[in-house]
Amino acid sequence: MGSNLDLSLFVRHSDDGVAQLDLVVEGMKTPAAILDIEKAIGADPAVLSARVNYTSRRVSVEWRDGDYDPTRLVDLLDQLGYPAHPFQVNEQEERETRVSRYLLRCLGVAGFASMNIMLLSVSVWSGHVSGMGEETRDFLHWMSALIVLPAAAYAGRPFFASAWRALKGGGVNMDVPISLGICLALVMSIFETWHHAEHAYFDSAIMLIFFLLTGRYLDHAMRRKTRAVAANLAALRATSANLIAPSGEVICVPAESLKADDVILLRPGERVPADCVVLSGHSEVDDSLVTGETRWRQLGEGDLLHAGSVNYKGALRLRVLEGSSQSLVDEIERMIEAALTTKNAYLQLGDRAARLYAPVVHAAALTTAIGWYMAGATAHDAIITAIAVLIITCPCALALAVPAVQVVASGALFRSGVLLSSGDAIERLSEVDVVIFDKTGTLTLPQPALVNRSEIAPELVERAARLALSSHHPLARALSTLALLREPFDTVEEEPGEGVRTRLQGLDLRLGSAAFCEAQGAAEEAMARHPDGSLICLRHGDQAAVFVIEQALRPDAVACVQAIKALGLECRLLSGDRAASVEPVAQALGISNWRAGTKPADKIAALEALKAQGKRVLMVGDGINDAPALAAAHVAISPITGSDLAQAASDAVFLGEKLMPVLKAIEIARNARSLMRQNLGLAIVYNALAVPLAVAGFVTPLFAAAAMSGSSILVTVNALRASRLKEAKL
Amino acid sequence: MSVILYLVPIAVGLGLIGLVAFLWSMKSGQYEDLDGAASRALFDDDIKS
Repeated sequence: MGSNLDLSLFVRHSDDGVAQLDLVVEGMKTPAAILDIEKAIGADPAVLSARVNYTSRRVSVEWRDGDYDPTRLVDLLDQLGYPAHPFQVNEQEERETRVSRYLLRCLGVAGFASMNIMLLSVSVWSGHVSGMGEETRDFLHWMSALIVLPAAAYAGRPFFASAWRALKGGGVNMDVPISLGICLALVMSIFETWHHAEHAYFDSAIMLIFFLLTGRYLDHAMRRKTRAVAANLAALRATSANLIAPSGEVICVPAESLKADDVILLRPGERVPADCVVLSGHSEVDDSLVTGETRWRQLGEGDLLHAGSVNYKGALRLRVLEGSSQSLVDEIERMIEAALTTKNAYLQLGDRAARLYAPVVHAAALTTAIGWYMAGATAHDAIITAIAVLIITCPCALALAVPAVQVVASGALFRSGVLLSSGDAIERLSEVDVVIFDKTGTLTLPQPALVNRSEIAPELVERAARLALSSHHPLARALSTLALLREPFDTVEEEPGEGVRTRLQGLDLRLGSAAFCEAQGAAEEAMARHPDGSLICLRHGDQAAVFVIEQALRPDAVACVQAIKALGLECRLLSGDRAASVEPVAQALGISNWRAGTKPADKIAALEALKAQGKRVLMVGDGINDAPALAAAHVAISPITGSDLAQAASDAVFLGEKLMPVLKAIEIARNARSLMRQNLGLAIVYNALAVPLAVAGFVTPLFAAAAMSGSSILVTVNALRASRLKEAKL
Repeated sequence: MSVILYLVPIAVGLGLIGLVAFLWSMKSGQYEDLDGAASRALFDDDIKS
C-alpha cells in the first residue's frame, strides 16, 4: 500500500469535528504490541486518541478532522511491523454487540437478585426447622418480593419478548413454558405471602432466570467472538483496486468504493476487484474462483472479467461494469435465491422438544388441579398444587440442554479453525451422510504450488527459492515461500518477460523461462508429464532444474477424505474443471463418484437427486460457481479463501491450508449431537422424577430450588464434555 | 428479632452497591477488551521517574 491510498470510505466523521478510523492489525503476538502501537500513533499531536483492543486485534484512532492524514497511519503501522487494514464495523456486528450488552446487564441484575434472595430464603428454610415467627417470615417474604419483582421484570425481558413473538406467530418455543412458569410462580408467591402462607417461590423464579440468562449470554458471546474473527479475516483479504483518476494519477481505493465506468489498472498477480470489461492490454487470467477451471484464459480488448479472477501475465486497463449487470453473477444470484426458497426452515432439536413438551406439561398441570379438586381438596389447594407442577417442570434443564452443548461445541470448532455463521449448523452437520467436494481451491490449495519438489536436489530448491524472492512474477511466489533463508541475493537483475539472474560462487544463476535458462529439453519432458502445470527453470553452471507449479492437493486431503469415509460417509467430487484435471485428483483421493465440467445448474441438479433419495448433503466449495449448490445443500462449508458469494451461502468457513477442519467439524458436530440427546434425556429423567412428587403435592420451595439448580448444573457439566473430543488420528 | 428490620435492608443495600458498580463498569467499557486489560495492568509507562 503506498501513500496514494484512499481511506475516505472507512473514516467516520462525527458532528463535533472528530474523525475516527478502525483498523484491523496483523502481527500482534504479545501484549507489548499494545504499547508499541498506542505510543507510536499517539506521538503525533494531531491524534486525539489511539486505543488498541487486544481481544479483537483492532485499533481505533481519533483525530480532529482535517488535522491528520489517516493514510500515514497505515504506513506507520506497516513500518512498526504491524500491517494494518482499514475496517468498517458492519451493522450486524454492532447489533450483536448491543444484544450482548443487554443480556449482560440482565444477567447482572438477575445475579444480584438471586444472591440476595438466597440470603433471605435460606433464613426462611431454616426457620421452618428451628421455628420462626410468622411476622418474621412474612417480613422476609415481602423483602424477597421487593427484590424479585423489579428484577424479574427487568431481567426476564429476553424470555418474555421471545415467548410473545412465538405466540403472536402462532407457534410455541421453549420460552413460552419458561415465561409462564416465571409469571405463575411470582403471582402465586405474592398471593400466598398476602395470606401469610408458609411457602413462596420467589427464589425459584429468579434463579431460573439467572441460569437461563447465563446459558443465553455464553451462547451469544461465543457467536459474537466467531463473527468478529470472521470480520477481521474479511478485512485482511479485502481487495483494493488501482483507480486511474481522470488526471491520470493512480489511486489505491477499496474495491467497495468502485463505481460503474471507473477505469482501473490491473497489474500481474492482482485479483480482479469487480466485474469489468477490458479496455486495453492482453493477458492470461486464472478464473478458477469463478468457474473452477484451472487452465488460464487468454483475454484481450473487449473481453469480460469477473471479480475474483487473478491476472497472471500483463497489465490491463479495465472499465468497471454496473453492479450485477453481468449475466453470470446475475444468474448465480437468482439460483441462490431459488435454492433458499425451496429449502425448508430447519427445526432445531430444542424447539422440537419444546413443541412436545409444552402441551404435555400444561395438560399435566390442568389434570392435577382437576384431580385434587375432585378428590375433595379446596380450590385454593388444588390450584396451588397445579402451579407447583408448572414451576417444577419449568424447563430450566431442558432449555439449557441444547444451547450449553452448542456453546462448548462451537468453542471446540473455533479452536480447530472452523468459524460457524449459523447457530443450528452443528445439528445439521451431525446429520449428513454424503459429502460433496468441489475440486479447485477446496481439495486443492487456493494458490498454485510446487509439485515436483521431491525430484529436485534440495540445494537447488533453496537457491531457486532465494532467487525467487527478488522476482515479481506471480508464479515466483510459489517458489519463494519455500526459501529457508529469507534474504534475497544482493545483486539481482530482472530481464522483463524472461526471468531473474544473479552471480553465485562465480557462476551465473538464472531463474525463469526454459529458453532463458537453456533447459528446453528437460522442460518439454516435464510438460509432457504435467500438461496443466506451469514451468519455471533454473540454471546454475552446468546444473539445471525444472520446477512444475500446479494446483496441488491440500497436504492432508488424502488422509482427510479417507477419515471421512471411515466415519461412514460417502464422498463425491463435483468440479467445474475439465475431466483431464479432475480424474487424477479423484484417483489420488480414492473418490470413485466424480463428475467434471459441471455448471452451477448441474451441481444443483445433482444435489436435488441426492435429496430425493433422502440423503443429507454436506457441500464443501469455494467458487462463485459453487454458491448455489452451497445454498441448496443441507449444510455447507467454504474455505476462508473462497469467494464472498460462496462464504455468504455457507454455514461455516474453515481456515488454513489443511482440509482437516472439515473432518473435525463433522466429528465435533456428531459428538455434540449425541451430547444434546443425552442432555435432553437427563432433563426428561429429571421431570419424570419431579413431576409425580409435584402432582402428589410434596414439593416445597426448598425442594424446587435444589432440584432445578441440580438438574441445570448436571446438564451443563455434561455439555462440557463436547470440548473433550479425542484428537483425530491425522 | 427486630434487629433484622435494619440488618436485612443493609445487606440488600450492599448488594445494590455491587450491582451499581457492575453496571457502571460495563457502561465504561471495561468488558470490551478482557485480554488487553489483563496485560495493561502490567505496563509501567505511567510511572513518572
